Amino acid sequence: MAEQMTGAEIVIQALKDNGVEHIFGYPGGAVLPIYDALFQTEGIEHILVRHEQGATHAAEGYARSTGKCGLVLVTSGPGATNAVTGLTDALLDSVPLVCITGQVPTSLIGSDAFQECDTVGITRNCTKHNYLVKDVNDLARVLHEAFYVATTGRPGPVVVDIPKDVQFALGNYKKSANGATQHASYRPQTEGDSAAIEAAVDLMLKAEKPVFYTGGGVVNSGPEACEHLRELAALTGFPVTSTLMGLGAFPANNNQWLGMLGMHGTYEANLAMHDCDLMINIGARFDDRITGRIDGFSPNSMKIHVDIDPSSINKNITVDIPIVGDCASVLEEMVRVWRTKTNTSREDALKPWWKQIEDWRSVKSLSFKNSDTVIKPQYAVQRLYEAVKDRDVYITTEVGQHQMWAAQHFHFNEPKRWMTSGGLGTMGYGLPAAVGVQVAHRDALVIDIAGEASVQMTMQEMSTAVQYGLPIKIFILNNEYMGMVRQWQELLHGGRYSQSYSESLPDFVKLAEAYGGKGIRCSDPKELDDAIAEMIDSDLPVIFDCVVDKVENCFPMIPSGKAHNEIILPDTADIGSIIDDKGKVLV
Amino acid sequence: MNAKFQPTGSAYFIVPDTQNPEQHILSVIVDNEPGILARIAGLFSGRGYNIDSLTVSETEHEKHLSRITIAVTATPKMHMQIRMQLDRLVPVHRVLDLTAEGNGLERELALVKVAGKGENRVETLRLAEAFRAQVVDATTDSFVFEITGKSSKIEQFITLMQPLGLVEVVRTGRTAISRGPEGM
Ligand SMILES: Cc1ncc(C[n+]2csc(CCOP(=O)(O)OP(=O)(O)O)c2C)c(N)n1
Ligand SMILES: [Mg+2]
Repeated sequence: MAEQMTGAEIVIQALKDNGVEHIFGYPGGAVLPIYDALFQTEGIEHILVRHEQGATHAAEGYARSTGKCGLVLVTSGPGATNAVTGLTDALLDSVPLVCITGQVPTSLIGSDAFQECDTVGITRNCTKHNYLVKDVNDLARVLHEAFYVATTGRPGPVVVDIPKDVQFALGNYKKSANGATQHASYRPQTEGDSAAIEAAVDLMLKAEKPVFYTGGGVVNSGPEACEHLRELAALTGFPVTSTLMGLGAFPANNNQWLGMLGMHGTYEANLAMHDCDLMINIGARFDDRITGRIDGFSPNSMKIHVDIDPSSINKNITVDIPIVGDCASVLEEMVRVWRTKTNTSREDALKPWWKQIEDWRSVKSLSFKNSDTVIKPQYAVQRLYEAVKDRDVYITTEVGQHQMWAAQHFHFNEPKRWMTSGGLGTMGYGLPAAVGVQVAHRDALVIDIAGEASVQMTMQEMSTAVQYGLPIKIFILNNEYMGMVRQWQELLHGGRYSQSYSESLPDFVKLAEAYGGKGIRCSDPKELDDAIAEMIDSDLPVIFDCVVDKVENCFPMIPSGKAHNEIILPDTADIGSIIDDKGKVLV
Repeated sequence: MNAKFQPTGSAYFIVPDTQNPEQHILSVIVDNEPGILARIAGLFSGRGYNIDSLTVSETEHEKHLSRITIAVTATPKMHMQIRMQLDRLVPVHRVLDLTAEGNGLERELALVKVAGKGENRVETLRLAEAFRAQVVDATTDSFVFEITGKSSKIEQFITLMQPLGLVEVVRTGRTAISRGPEGM
């Protein structure tokens, strides 16, 4: 039976019926009726951010650490435009969000009314889908559909723009009878084609130099996908590497793990990708940070690609066996088919390949020259990892060198523990994302591994953390530079450091205290462990100003436009042990 | 450090597409909802695909379905990608590449205004007849012709009208359907 209520009440009811427990938002004129309905509601906690971009990233952190849909509520005009960065970020990293935006009354749309903007126009290309609801009787259906679209298939952000008069109007509320799954035109394909899966397994059974190249799709697909990946890796004995987005889907402490691949990935991961005879891409999208030079990308391999989004397949790299489907079901099927075809280990056949990989590993491409006078950023991440690895810990990052060092030197054995802005590379992501993660996991240790430049982009969310008693730890690798920019300028622009110095930095300790949090500074490697312990022990949000080497570069690095085997190694790499002469020439 | 010796100028490496571009006609069935055209057009402009022509109209009123015909020039690989990207849009029901299917039948309609007197006027009418163009408006010194057919035929007609006093042309753009008993 349909129930009569106001549009605003319909919104709240639909949120409840779709399992929403937390909203990240900011009020304003065009959403006041919804805030009013929220005021009279129990069971939904609203987190008041300090900037709408913060709300979107917080919702992303919340969604990625829980697997649930994040909910953002903002006003019209500037509220909506401020949310655009986070929506785009969520689109590129496939994060399920529903973002409700207020709009001026329907009669004023198009009149340049106060705080009017064309929200659906502006967000059309940065959302998976968006809606303007002009009739209150469409509202419930649209909201249920929004959750369905956001969370199914390849997840993504959905905007629902609701004019103020629709929020006031009386209309019918209908529960979603799970009928949304009968959508007329939107029907994501989740089951992989069984003939293709069979063909893929046949290739896997013959491969001598295989590699699993896994991505964020495995994490997005859920815990079962990660389980099946582990199972398949154990069965096959194949090495596994992953993109930045996929870290944690396969345990870093497993011997088959090669580390991350891509621009700043390990030597062994990138060379395995380059030299393999069979590449099995599970839920990754051949992004340009991964492939490097397309025409030099893994020239001699057969390629299998599993992706829930058909448009990801054959977009950048042409593959031999495309499989459209959800990672969990395809992996499960691969395991089953493998078992029906063999019960003997392929250990012997893979021996030469593993020997080769061990040689690459022995290069120690993540090594660096430590110092006892200045904190090396890699060392800082390593010490942080050692200090917290046995805890219930979640890591977010900003964007830059620190992000890559975090990916390289912090190790993840479980999915959904690592939240970073991969596709869009949004500086300012990490702090609000940490807020969102901590909202979902109150007792966990949530750390934003940050850069001093990025963190200033959304620093105001420190105030949100203090307000809600969210003891996030902001661990700033402070190199006084936009380090990643500086590194590129050093390597590619003749050392002309145009605008990349972090001038006039605030005193981060005082800043933390000004917000009501705790500030810690450390610049001596010998004091680092104690300082980290102090940070972990604090019940407050902490800003940790970790003063690190200003000019450390992040290696390995595949310069843009180069192939995987043109990787630049750190000075410390043990290239003497690379037996392959070809490799020697290249480093 | 060896890094200095491996400079590269760009953050991205663009591999030139070596395939030759060709024109395809796509038929797209969509929900006829506000903004749908902007959604399709925005996809094309946002991803850098070239639309040569686009026609749209509601074709199934009870279901509020529209059919969009898009002529687009791209390499074969891009055509595949364009189809996938269109298919990904939530209100898109079906995408069919009529050119790839090889059984497309296409037509375009144009209204062509020609002004002139005397000999030119006679010649204009004679050519119009040869092209099966209908006179839909006439004054003592002008005609408006309606002509339908393949775009190349319309193109040709317009070229012939040029020296005879062509004033202006409007064209619907190409619309297409598959041959045979099957629908989309
Ligand atoms: C919003 C935004 N603007 C600009 C950039 C380009 N950018 C990438 S990394 C970087 C420097 C980041 O500096 P910092 O946060 O100090 O990190 P570091 O590299 O020093 O570790 C910049 C400016 C970006 N990624 N995002
Ligand atoms: Mg920095």
